[in-house]
Amino acid sequence: MSASAIDLQQRAPNFWQSTNGKKIVMAVTGFILFLFLIGHLLGNLLVYAGPERFNSYAEFLHFDGTLLWIARSILIIAVVLHIIATVQLAVRNKKARPVGYSRKKAINSSYASRTMYWSGPIVLAFVIFHLLEFTAGTIHPGTVFIPGDVYHNVVTGFQVWWVSAWYIIALILLGFHLRHGLWSMFQSFGVPHSLPRERANKRWALVVAVILIAGYISIPISVLTGLLK
Amino acid sequence: MKLKLKIWRQRNSSDKGKFASYAVENVNPEMSMLECLDVLNETLIERGEEPVAFEHDCREGICGSCGFMINGVAHGPERATTVCQLTMRHFKDGQELVLEPWRARAFPPLKDLVVDRRSFDRIIEAGGYVSVSTGNAPDGNTIPIGKDTADHAMDAAACIGCGACVAACPNASSALFTGAKISHLGLLPQGQIEQDQRALNMVAQMNIEGFGNCTNIGECTGACPKEIPLEVIATMNRDYRRASSKSHKNHVRSVRPMTEWSNGSKLDIDPHATS
Repeated sequence: MSASAIDLQQRAPNFWQSTNGKKIVMAVTGFILFLFLIGHLLGNLLVYAGPERFNSYAEFLHFDGTLLWIARSILIIAVVLHIIATVQLAVRNKKARPVGYSRKKAINSSYASRTMYWSGPIVLAFVIFHLLEFTAGTIHPGTVFIPGDVYHNVVTGFQVWWVSAWYIIALILLGFHLRHGLWSMFQSFGVPHSLPRERANKRWALVVAVILIAGYISIPISVLTGLLK
Repeated sequence: MKLKLKIWRQRNSSDKGKFASYAVENVNPEMSMLECLDVLNETLIERGEEPVAFEHDCREGICGSCGFMINGVAHGPERATTVCQLTMRHFKDGQELVLEPWRARAFPPLKDLVVDRRSFDRIIEAGGYVSVSTGNAPDGNTIPIGKDTADHAMDAAACIGCGACVAACPNASSALFTGAKISHLGLLPQGQIEQDQRALNMVAQMNIEGFGNCTNIGECTGACPKEIPLEVIATMNRDYRRASSKSHKNHVRSVRPMTEWSNGSKLDIDPHATS
Protein backbone atom coordinates (compact mmCIF):
# COMPACT_ATOMS: atom_id res chain seq x y z
CA MET A 1 0.00 0.00 0.00
CA SER A 2 2.87 2.36 0.76
CA ALA A 3 3.65 2.65 -2.94
CA SER A 4 0.13 3.78 -3.80
CA ALA A 5 0.69 7.43 -2.99
CA ILE A 6 4.01 7.58 -4.83
CA ASP A 7 3.39 5.86 -8.13
CA LEU A 8 -0.01 7.40 -8.75
CA GLN A 9 0.20 10.27 -11.13
CA GLN A 10 -0.38 13.37 -9.09
CA ARG A 11 -1.08 15.75 -11.92
CA ALA A 12 -4.60 16.09 -13.25
CA PRO A 13 -5.11 13.67 -16.15
CA ASN A 14 -6.11 15.07 -19.52
CA PHE A 15 -9.09 13.80 -21.54
CA TRP A 16 -7.39 10.69 -22.92
CA GLN A 17 -5.58 9.95 -19.66
CA SER A 18 -8.83 9.97 -17.69
CA THR A 19 -10.90 6.80 -17.51
CA ASN A 20 -13.99 8.80 -18.45
CA GLY A 21 -12.32 10.17 -21.59
CA LYS A 22 -11.22 6.69 -22.68
CA LYS A 23 -14.75 5.39 -22.17
CA ILE A 24 -16.14 8.21 -24.34
CA VAL A 25 -13.63 7.18 -27.04
CA MET A 26 -14.79 3.58 -26.65
CA ALA A 27 -18.43 4.64 -26.98
CA VAL A 28 -17.78 6.63 -30.17
CA THR A 29 -15.58 3.97 -31.79
CA GLY A 30 -18.06 1.29 -30.74
CA PHE A 31 -20.84 3.26 -32.41
CA ILE A 32 -18.82 3.53 -35.65
CA LEU A 33 -18.29 -0.24 -35.63
CA PHE A 34 -22.01 -0.76 -34.95
CA LEU A 35 -22.87 1.34 -38.02
CA PHE A 36 -20.47 -0.82 -40.04
CA LEU A 37 -22.21 -3.96 -38.76
CA ILE A 38 -25.56 -2.69 -40.10
CA GLY A 39 -24.13 -1.81 -43.50
CA HIS A 40 -22.17 -5.04 -43.75
CA LEU A 41 -25.23 -7.12 -42.91
CA LEU A 42 -27.42 -5.34 -45.48
CA GLY A 43 -24.75 -6.01 -48.13
CA ASN A 44 -24.26 -9.62 -47.06
CA LEU A 45 -27.97 -10.38 -47.27
CA LEU A 46 -27.69 -9.79 -51.04
CA VAL A 47 -26.21 -13.30 -51.11
CA TYR A 48 -29.84 -14.48 -51.17
CA ALA A 49 -30.40 -12.49 -54.38
CA GLY A 50 -28.10 -14.82 -56.30
CA PRO A 51 -24.46 -14.83 -57.46
CA GLU A 52 -24.84 -12.03 -60.02
CA ARG A 53 -26.25 -9.36 -57.76
CA PHE A 54 -24.02 -10.37 -54.83
CA ASN A 55 -20.84 -10.27 -56.94
CA SER A 56 -21.76 -6.97 -58.57
CA TYR A 57 -22.37 -5.52 -55.09
CA ALA A 58 -18.88 -6.68 -54.06
CA GLU A 59 -17.48 -5.11 -57.23
CA PHE A 60 -19.36 -1.88 -56.48
CA LEU A 61 -17.63 -1.64 -53.07
CA HIS A 62 -14.31 -1.60 -54.94
CA PHE A 63 -15.33 1.17 -57.38
CA ASP A 64 -12.62 3.48 -56.08
CA GLY A 65 -9.49 2.26 -54.38
CA THR A 66 -8.85 5.51 -52.51
CA LEU A 67 -12.36 5.76 -51.09
CA LEU A 68 -12.25 2.10 -50.12
CA TRP A 69 -9.06 2.62 -48.14
CA ILE A 70 -10.41 5.78 -46.49
CA ALA A 71 -13.43 3.77 -45.29
CA ARG A 72 -11.18 0.91 -44.22
CA SER A 73 -8.85 3.31 -42.39
CA ILE A 74 -11.73 4.73 -40.37
CA LEU A 75 -12.72 1.22 -39.33
CA ILE A 76 -9.14 0.19 -38.52
CA ILE A 77 -8.56 3.35 -36.44
CA ALA A 78 -11.85 2.73 -34.61
CA VAL A 79 -10.88 -0.87 -33.85
CA VAL A 80 -7.37 0.11 -32.71
CA LEU A 81 -8.60 2.93 -30.44
CA HIS A 82 -11.33 0.69 -29.02
CA ILE A 83 -8.76 -1.97 -28.16
CA ILE A 84 -6.06 0.38 -26.82
CA ALA A 85 -8.59 2.03 -24.50
CA THR A 86 -9.89 -1.36 -23.31
CA VAL A 87 -6.44 -2.75 -22.61
CA GLN A 88 -5.30 0.35 -20.74
CA LEU A 89 -8.51 0.42 -18.70
CA ALA A 90 -8.28 -3.31 -17.97
CA VAL A 91 -4.72 -2.89 -16.68
CA ARG A 92 -5.87 -0.04 -14.47
CA ASN A 93 -8.84 -2.06 -13.19
CA LYS A 94 -6.57 -4.94 -12.28
CA LYS A 95 -4.46 -2.56 -10.18
CA ALA A 96 -7.53 -0.96 -8.61
CA ARG A 97 -8.15 -4.06 -6.47
CA PRO A 98 -4.78 -5.51 -5.44
CA VAL A 99 -6.31 -7.87 -2.84
CA GLY A 100 -9.37 -9.70 -4.10
CA TYR A 101 -12.42 -10.91 -2.21
CA SER A 102 -12.61 -14.42 -0.85
CA ARG A 103 -16.23 -14.40 -1.91
CA LYS A 104 -17.95 -12.08 -4.39
CA LYS A 105 -21.46 -12.39 -5.71
CA ALA A 106 -22.87 -10.56 -8.75
CA ILE A 107 -26.32 -9.28 -7.85
CA ASN A 108 -27.29 -6.73 -10.46
CA SER A 109 -25.34 -7.23 -13.71
CA SER A 110 -26.02 -9.14 -16.90
CA TYR A 111 -23.97 -12.12 -18.04
CA ALA A 112 -23.10 -10.23 -21.22
CA SER A 113 -21.72 -7.24 -19.32
CA ARG A 114 -19.47 -9.38 -17.13
CA THR A 115 -18.00 -11.27 -20.09
CA MET A 116 -17.02 -8.30 -22.29
CA TYR A 117 -13.33 -9.07 -21.71
CA TRP A 118 -13.95 -12.56 -23.14
CA SER A 119 -16.32 -11.76 -25.98
CA GLY A 120 -14.13 -8.87 -27.21
CA PRO A 121 -10.86 -10.78 -27.86
CA ILE A 122 -12.71 -13.76 -29.35
CA VAL A 123 -14.55 -11.45 -31.75
CA LEU A 124 -11.18 -9.86 -32.65
CA ALA A 125 -9.74 -13.30 -33.46
CA PHE A 126 -12.85 -13.96 -35.54
CA VAL A 127 -12.48 -10.67 -37.46
CA ILE A 128 -8.85 -11.52 -38.31
CA PHE A 129 -9.85 -15.01 -39.47
CA HIS A 130 -12.78 -13.55 -41.43
CA LEU A 131 -10.55 -11.04 -43.25
CA LEU A 132 -7.97 -13.72 -44.05
CA GLU A 133 -10.68 -16.03 -45.37
CA PHE A 134 -12.88 -13.74 -47.46
CA THR A 135 -10.89 -10.56 -48.11
CA ALA A 136 -7.29 -11.74 -48.49
CA GLY A 137 -8.12 -15.36 -49.29
CA THR A 138 -4.99 -16.68 -47.60
CA ILE A 139 -6.95 -19.11 -45.43
CA HIS A 140 -9.71 -20.72 -47.41
CA PRO A 141 -10.37 -24.29 -46.36
CA GLY A 142 -12.48 -26.36 -48.70
CA THR A 143 -11.79 -25.05 -52.18
CA VAL A 144 -9.76 -22.48 -54.05
CA PHE A 145 -10.30 -18.79 -53.30
CA ILE A 146 -11.35 -16.99 -56.48
CA PRO A 147 -10.79 -13.20 -56.22
CA GLY A 148 -13.91 -11.39 -57.42
CA ASP A 149 -16.23 -14.41 -57.22
CA VAL A 150 -17.45 -13.58 -53.73
CA TYR A 151 -20.52 -15.79 -53.99
CA HIS A 152 -18.41 -18.84 -54.77
CA ASN A 153 -15.99 -18.03 -51.94
CA VAL A 154 -18.78 -17.60 -49.39
CA VAL A 155 -20.70 -20.74 -50.30
CA THR A 156 -17.69 -23.05 -50.59
CA GLY A 157 -16.17 -21.51 -47.46
CA PHE A 158 -19.23 -22.18 -45.32
CA GLN A 159 -19.66 -25.71 -46.71
CA VAL A 160 -16.79 -26.65 -44.38
CA TRP A 161 -18.71 -27.45 -41.20
CA TRP A 162 -16.11 -26.26 -38.69
CA VAL A 163 -15.75 -22.89 -40.45
CA SER A 164 -19.51 -22.38 -40.14
CA ALA A 165 -19.49 -23.55 -36.52
CA TRP A 166 -16.69 -21.12 -35.65
CA TYR A 167 -18.58 -18.28 -37.38
CA ILE A 168 -21.80 -19.06 -35.54
CA ILE A 169 -20.10 -19.22 -32.12
CA ALA A 170 -18.09 -16.04 -32.71
CA LEU A 171 -21.15 -14.18 -33.96
CA ILE A 172 -23.19 -15.19 -30.92
CA LEU A 173 -20.40 -13.79 -28.75
CA LEU A 174 -20.51 -10.61 -30.86
CA GLY A 175 -24.22 -10.54 -30.02
CA PHE A 176 -23.40 -10.68 -26.31
CA HIS A 177 -20.87 -7.89 -26.81
CA LEU A 178 -23.53 -5.79 -28.55
CA ARG A 179 -26.20 -6.58 -25.97
CA HIS A 180 -24.13 -4.73 -23.36
CA GLY A 181 -22.22 -2.34 -25.64
CA LEU A 182 -25.24 -0.91 -27.44
CA TRP A 183 -26.82 0.52 -24.29
CA SER A 184 -23.56 1.08 -22.45
CA MET A 185 -22.36 3.53 -25.13
CA PHE A 186 -25.11 5.98 -24.16
CA GLN A 187 -24.00 5.77 -20.56
CA SER A 188 -20.30 6.26 -21.37
CA PHE A 189 -20.90 9.07 -23.85
CA GLY A 190 -23.03 10.79 -21.23
CA VAL A 191 -26.70 10.76 -22.19
CA PRO A 192 -28.57 10.97 -18.88
CA HIS A 193 -31.72 8.87 -18.79
CA SER A 194 -34.43 7.96 -16.33
CA LEU A 195 -34.70 4.42 -14.98
CA PRO A 196 -37.58 3.42 -17.33
CA ARG A 197 -35.54 4.81 -20.23
CA GLU A 198 -32.52 2.80 -19.10
CA ARG A 199 -34.61 -0.39 -19.08
CA ALA A 200 -35.97 0.48 -22.54
CA ASN A 201 -32.42 1.07 -23.82
CA LYS A 202 -31.36 -2.35 -22.53
CA ARG A 203 -34.38 -3.99 -24.21
CA TRP A 204 -33.61 -2.24 -27.49
CA ALA A 205 -29.96 -3.25 -27.27
CA LEU A 206 -31.07 -6.88 -26.91
CA VAL A 207 -33.56 -6.66 -29.79
CA VAL A 208 -31.06 -4.99 -32.15
CA ALA A 209 -28.30 -7.45 -31.19
CA VAL A 210 -30.59 -10.44 -31.82
CA ILE A 211 -31.76 -9.09 -35.21
CA LEU A 212 -28.21 -8.32 -36.37
CA ILE A 213 -26.76 -11.63 -35.28
CA ALA A 214 -29.72 -13.63 -36.63
CA GLY A 215 -29.15 -11.94 -39.99
CA TYR A 216 -25.46 -12.79 -40.03
CA ILE A 217 -25.86 -16.35 -38.78
CA SER A 218 -28.55 -17.10 -41.34
CA ILE A 219 -25.89 -17.18 -44.09
CA PRO A 220 -23.70 -20.07 -42.82
CA ILE A 221 -26.86 -21.91 -41.75
CA SER A 222 -28.39 -21.49 -45.22
CA VAL A 223 -25.20 -22.86 -46.79
CA LEU A 224 -25.04 -25.82 -44.38
CA THR A 225 -28.72 -26.70 -44.99
CA GLY A 226 -28.23 -26.43 -48.75
CA LEU A 227 -30.45 -23.37 -49.24
CA LEU A 228 -27.50 -21.54 -50.81
CA LYS A 229 -25.49 -23.54 -53.32
CA MET B 1 -30.38 -18.32 16.77
CA LYS B 2 -26.76 -19.41 16.31
CA LEU B 3 -24.42 -18.04 13.67
CA LYS B 4 -20.91 -18.80 12.53
CA LEU B 5 -19.05 -15.60 11.70
CA LYS B 6 -15.94 -15.84 9.54
CA ILE B 7 -14.37 -12.41 9.95
CA TRP B 8 -11.34 -10.79 8.31
CA ARG B 9 -8.85 -9.95 11.08
CA GLN B 10 -6.00 -7.57 10.29
CA ARG B 11 -4.05 -5.85 13.07
CA ASN B 12 -2.99 -2.83 11.02
CA SER B 13 -2.33 -1.70 7.47
CA SER B 14 1.03 -3.48 7.27
CA ASP B 15 -0.35 -6.76 8.64
CA LYS B 16 -1.22 -9.40 6.06
CA GLY B 17 -4.53 -10.31 7.66
CA LYS B 18 -6.47 -13.58 7.71
CA PHE B 19 -9.93 -14.95 8.39
CA ALA B 20 -10.91 -16.10 11.87
CA SER B 21 -14.09 -18.03 12.68
CA TYR B 22 -16.29 -17.27 15.67
CA ALA B 23 -19.40 -19.07 16.83
CA VAL B 24 -22.00 -16.64 18.14
CA GLU B 25 -24.77 -18.19 20.28
CA ASN B 26 -27.97 -16.47 21.35
CA VAL B 27 -28.27 -14.13 18.40
CA ASN B 28 -31.56 -12.26 18.67
CA PRO B 29 -33.24 -12.15 15.23
CA GLU B 30 -34.21 -8.51 15.93
CA MET B 31 -30.57 -7.48 16.34
CA SER B 32 -28.80 -5.56 13.61
CA MET B 33 -25.62 -6.93 12.08
CA LEU B 34 -23.60 -4.39 14.06
CA GLU B 35 -25.32 -5.34 17.32
CA CYS B 36 -24.44 -8.95 16.56
CA LEU B 37 -20.80 -7.83 16.27
CA ASP B 38 -21.20 -5.90 19.56
CA VAL B 39 -22.29 -9.13 21.24
CA LEU B 40 -19.34 -10.98 19.74
CA ASN B 41 -16.96 -8.22 20.86
CA GLU B 42 -18.28 -8.40 24.46
CA THR B 43 -17.36 -12.07 24.59
CA LEU B 44 -14.00 -11.41 22.94
CA ILE B 45 -13.20 -8.71 25.53
CA GLU B 46 -14.24 -11.08 28.33
CA ARG B 47 -11.88 -13.69 26.93
CA GLY B 48 -9.11 -11.07 26.75
CA GLU B 49 -9.00 -11.09 22.96
CA GLU B 50 -8.87 -8.12 20.61
CA PRO B 51 -12.43 -7.09 19.64
CA VAL B 52 -13.36 -6.84 15.95
CA ALA B 53 -12.90 -3.28 14.67
CA PHE B 54 -15.69 -1.91 12.47
CA GLU B 55 -16.85 1.59 11.64
CA HIS B 56 -20.22 2.85 12.84
CA ASP B 57 -21.84 6.06 13.94
CA CYS B 58 -25.56 6.80 13.62
CA ARG B 59 -26.76 3.20 13.28
CA GLU B 60 -29.84 4.43 11.47
CA GLY B 61 -28.57 4.09 7.91
CA ILE B 62 -27.85 7.73 7.12
CA CYS B 63 -24.28 8.53 8.15
CA GLY B 64 -22.35 6.29 5.76
CA SER B 65 -19.84 5.10 8.36
CA CYS B 66 -20.61 1.40 8.42
CA GLY B 67 -20.28 -1.14 5.71
CA PHE B 68 -18.55 -4.42 4.87
CA MET B 69 -19.10 -7.41 2.65
CA ILE B 70 -21.39 -10.18 3.90
CA ASN B 71 -21.05 -13.39 1.87
CA GLY B 72 -19.72 -11.48 -1.12
CA VAL B 73 -22.37 -8.76 -1.20
CA ALA B 74 -21.73 -5.19 -0.04
CA HIS B 75 -23.96 -4.41 3.00
CA GLY B 76 -25.37 -7.93 2.89
CA PRO B 77 -28.25 -9.55 1.03
CA GLU B 78 -31.01 -6.97 1.68
CA ARG B 79 -31.40 -4.29 -0.98
CA ALA B 80 -31.23 -0.62 0.03
CA THR B 81 -30.03 -1.51 3.53
CA THR B 82 -26.82 -0.62 5.36
CA VAL B 83 -25.29 -3.22 7.71
CA CYS B 84 -26.49 -1.22 10.75
CA GLN B 85 -30.08 -1.59 9.52
CA LEU B 86 -29.73 -5.19 8.46
CA THR B 87 -31.52 -7.36 11.01
CA MET B 88 -30.39 -10.89 11.74
CA ARG B 89 -33.81 -12.38 10.92
CA HIS B 90 -32.75 -12.28 7.26
CA PHE B 91 -30.27 -15.08 7.98
CA LYS B 92 -30.91 -18.73 8.74
CA ASP B 93 -30.13 -20.36 12.06
CA GLY B 94 -26.68 -21.93 11.90
CA GLN B 95 -25.68 -20.03 8.75
CA GLU B 96 -22.07 -19.06 8.14
CA LEU B 97 -21.49 -15.36 7.35
CA VAL B 98 -18.22 -14.25 5.77
CA LEU B 99 -17.45 -10.64 6.76
CA GLU B 100 -14.80 -8.91 4.69
CA PRO B 101 -13.78 -5.25 4.43
CA TRP B 102 -14.23 -3.20 1.23
CA ARG B 103 -11.31 -4.09 -1.01
CA ALA B 104 -9.89 -1.42 -3.31
CA ARG B 105 -6.53 0.17 -3.86
CA ALA B 106 -8.10 3.57 -3.12
CA PHE B 107 -9.47 2.21 0.19
CA PRO B 108 -6.34 0.95 1.99
CA PRO B 109 -7.11 -1.31 4.95
CA LEU B 110 -6.65 0.13 8.46
CA LYS B 111 -7.83 -2.60 10.82
CA ASP B 112 -10.15 -5.61 10.57
CA LEU B 113 -13.26 -4.33 8.77
CA VAL B 114 -12.17 -0.67 8.73
CA VAL B 115 -10.70 0.88 5.59
CA ASP B 116 -9.35 4.37 4.86
CA ARG B 117 -11.99 6.06 2.72
CA ARG B 118 -10.44 9.53 2.64
CA SER B 119 -10.10 9.24 -1.14
CA PHE B 120 -13.84 10.05 -1.15
CA ASP B 121 -13.21 13.14 0.98
CA ARG B 122 -10.60 14.33 -1.50
CA ILE B 123 -13.01 13.86 -4.42
CA ILE B 124 -15.48 16.09 -2.55
CA GLU B 125 -12.72 18.56 -1.73
CA ALA B 126 -11.79 18.77 -5.42
CA GLY B 127 -15.20 20.10 -6.46
CA GLY B 128 -18.15 18.75 -4.49
CA TYR B 129 -19.27 22.11 -3.22
CA VAL B 130 -21.07 25.31 -4.23
CA SER B 131 -19.16 28.56 -3.62
CA VAL B 132 -21.37 30.98 -1.71
CA SER B 133 -20.51 34.55 -0.77
CA THR B 134 -21.09 35.06 2.92
CA GLY B 135 -23.78 37.41 4.17
CA ASN B 136 -27.45 37.00 4.87
CA ALA B 137 -28.93 33.78 3.65
CA PRO B 138 -31.23 34.39 0.66
CA ASP B 139 -34.94 33.74 1.00
CA GLY B 140 -35.81 30.08 0.66
CA ASN B 141 -37.86 30.27 -2.52
CA THR B 142 -36.27 33.18 -4.39
CA ILE B 143 -35.11 30.77 -7.09
CA PRO B 144 -38.06 28.65 -8.20
CA ILE B 145 -37.10 25.01 -8.80
CA GLY B 146 -39.49 22.48 -10.32
CA LYS B 147 -40.58 19.57 -8.19
CA ASP B 148 -39.14 17.10 -10.74
CA THR B 149 -35.74 18.74 -10.62
CA ALA B 150 -35.77 18.97 -6.84
CA ASP B 151 -36.69 15.29 -6.52
CA HIS B 152 -34.05 14.32 -9.04
CA ALA B 153 -31.36 16.27 -7.21
CA MET B 154 -32.52 14.81 -3.91
CA ASP B 155 -32.25 11.25 -5.28
CA ALA B 156 -28.59 11.89 -6.09
CA ALA B 157 -27.99 13.78 -2.84
CA ALA B 158 -29.13 10.72 -0.89
CA CYS B 159 -25.61 9.30 -1.32
CA ILE B 160 -24.06 8.76 2.10
CA GLY B 161 -20.57 8.03 0.80
CA CYS B 162 -20.34 4.58 2.41
CA GLY B 163 -18.21 3.14 -0.39
CA ALA B 164 -20.41 0.14 -1.18
CA CYS B 165 -20.40 1.12 -4.88
CA VAL B 166 -16.60 0.83 -5.02
CA ALA B 167 -16.69 -2.40 -3.02
CA ALA B 168 -19.31 -4.01 -5.26
CA CYS B 169 -17.73 -2.87 -8.54
CA PRO B 170 -15.52 -5.55 -10.13
CA ASN B 171 -13.26 -2.68 -11.25
CA ALA B 172 -13.32 -0.87 -7.88
CA SER B 173 -14.64 2.22 -9.67
CA SER B 174 -16.05 5.19 -7.80
CA ALA B 175 -18.14 6.38 -10.74
CA LEU B 176 -21.46 6.09 -8.88
CA PHE B 177 -20.19 8.12 -5.90
CA THR B 178 -18.58 10.84 -8.02
CA GLY B 179 -21.57 10.86 -10.36
CA ALA B 180 -23.99 11.30 -7.45
CA LYS B 181 -22.01 14.22 -6.07
CA ILE B 182 -21.69 15.88 -9.49
CA SER B 183 -25.39 15.33 -10.28
CA HIS B 184 -26.99 16.59 -7.11
CA LEU B 185 -25.18 19.93 -7.33
CA GLY B 186 -25.31 20.32 -11.10
CA LEU B 187 -29.07 19.74 -11.29
CA LEU B 188 -29.83 22.83 -9.20
CA PRO B 189 -29.33 26.44 -10.40
CA GLN B 190 -26.98 27.30 -7.53
CA GLY B 191 -24.65 24.51 -8.55
CA GLN B 192 -24.79 25.06 -12.30
CA ILE B 193 -22.43 28.06 -12.18
CA GLU B 194 -19.49 25.82 -11.30
CA GLN B 195 -20.71 22.78 -13.25
CA ASP B 196 -17.81 22.60 -15.73
CA GLN B 197 -15.02 23.16 -13.25
CA ARG B 198 -16.65 20.76 -10.80
CA ALA B 199 -16.81 17.95 -13.37
CA LEU B 200 -13.18 18.50 -14.44
CA ASN B 201 -11.84 18.69 -10.87
CA MET B 202 -13.82 15.79 -9.43
CA VAL B 203 -13.17 13.49 -12.39
CA ALA B 204 -9.45 14.38 -12.22
CA GLN B 205 -9.33 13.59 -8.51
CA MET B 206 -11.24 10.34 -8.98
CA ASN B 207 -8.65 9.30 -11.58
CA ILE B 208 -5.69 10.29 -9.40
CA GLU B 209 -6.98 8.22 -6.49
CA GLY B 210 -6.48 4.96 -8.35
CA PHE B 211 -10.06 3.78 -8.68
CA GLY B 212 -10.90 1.59 -11.67
CA ASN B 213 -13.10 2.66 -14.55
CA CYS B 214 -16.83 2.25 -15.04
CA THR B 215 -17.95 -0.56 -17.35
CA ASN B 216 -21.66 0.23 -16.82
CA ILE B 217 -22.51 -3.21 -15.49
CA GLY B 218 -24.63 -1.85 -12.63
CA GLU B 219 -23.34 -3.80 -9.60
CA CYS B 220 -22.89 -0.47 -7.78
CA THR B 221 -26.51 0.61 -7.96
CA GLY B 222 -27.59 -2.88 -6.83
CA ALA B 223 -25.38 -2.62 -3.74
CA CYS B 224 -26.11 1.04 -2.99
CA PRO B 225 -28.06 1.38 0.27
CA LYS B 226 -29.58 4.60 -1.10
CA GLU B 227 -30.38 3.12 -4.55
CA ILE B 228 -28.54 5.86 -6.43
CA PRO B 229 -29.43 5.28 -10.12
CA LEU B 230 -26.86 4.63 -12.86
CA GLU B 231 -28.10 7.81 -14.49
CA VAL B 232 -25.74 9.85 -12.30
CA ILE B 233 -22.78 8.23 -14.09
CA ALA B 234 -24.16 9.33 -17.46
CA THR B 235 -24.63 12.83 -16.02
CA MET B 236 -21.02 12.87 -14.83
CA ASN B 237 -19.77 11.75 -18.25
CA ARG B 238 -21.90 14.38 -19.98
CA ASP B 239 -20.67 17.16 -17.72
CA TYR B 240 -17.09 16.00 -18.15
CA ARG B 241 -17.41 15.76 -21.94
CA ARG B 242 -18.98 19.21 -22.20
CA ALA B 243 -16.42 20.77 -19.88
CA SER B 244 -13.54 19.11 -21.74
CA SER B 245 -14.70 20.53 -25.06
CA LYS B 246 -14.52 24.12 -23.80
CA SER B 247 -11.39 26.14 -23.13
CA HIS B 248 -10.76 27.08 -19.55
CA LYS B 249 -8.98 29.87 -17.75
CA ASN B 250 -8.74 27.91 -14.53
CA HIS B 251 -6.44 24.96 -14.13
CA VAL B 252 -7.85 21.64 -13.13
CA ARG B 253 -7.19 21.33 -9.43
CA SER B 254 -6.41 18.12 -7.68
CA VAL B 255 -6.02 17.49 -4.00
CA ARG B 256 -3.04 15.65 -2.57
CA PRO B 257 -3.27 13.55 0.55
CA MET B 258 -2.14 15.58 3.59
CA THR B 259 -1.41 12.60 5.78
CA GLU B 260 -0.70 9.10 4.80
CA TRP B 261 -1.99 6.78 7.49
CA SER B 262 -1.68 3.92 5.14
CA ASN B 263 2.09 4.25 4.67
CA GLY B 264 2.79 5.06 8.30
CA SER B 265 4.08 8.61 7.89
CA LYS B 266 2.81 11.21 10.34
CA LEU B 267 1.57 14.68 9.38
CA ASP B 268 3.36 15.34 6.13
CA ILE B 269 2.07 18.70 4.97
CA ASP B 270 2.38 19.24 1.28
CA PRO B 271 3.04 22.91 0.42
CA HIS B 272 1.25 22.42 -2.92
CA ALA B 273 -1.65 20.57 -1.39
CA THR B 274 -4.35 22.27 -3.42
CA SER B 275 -2.40 23.42 -6.45
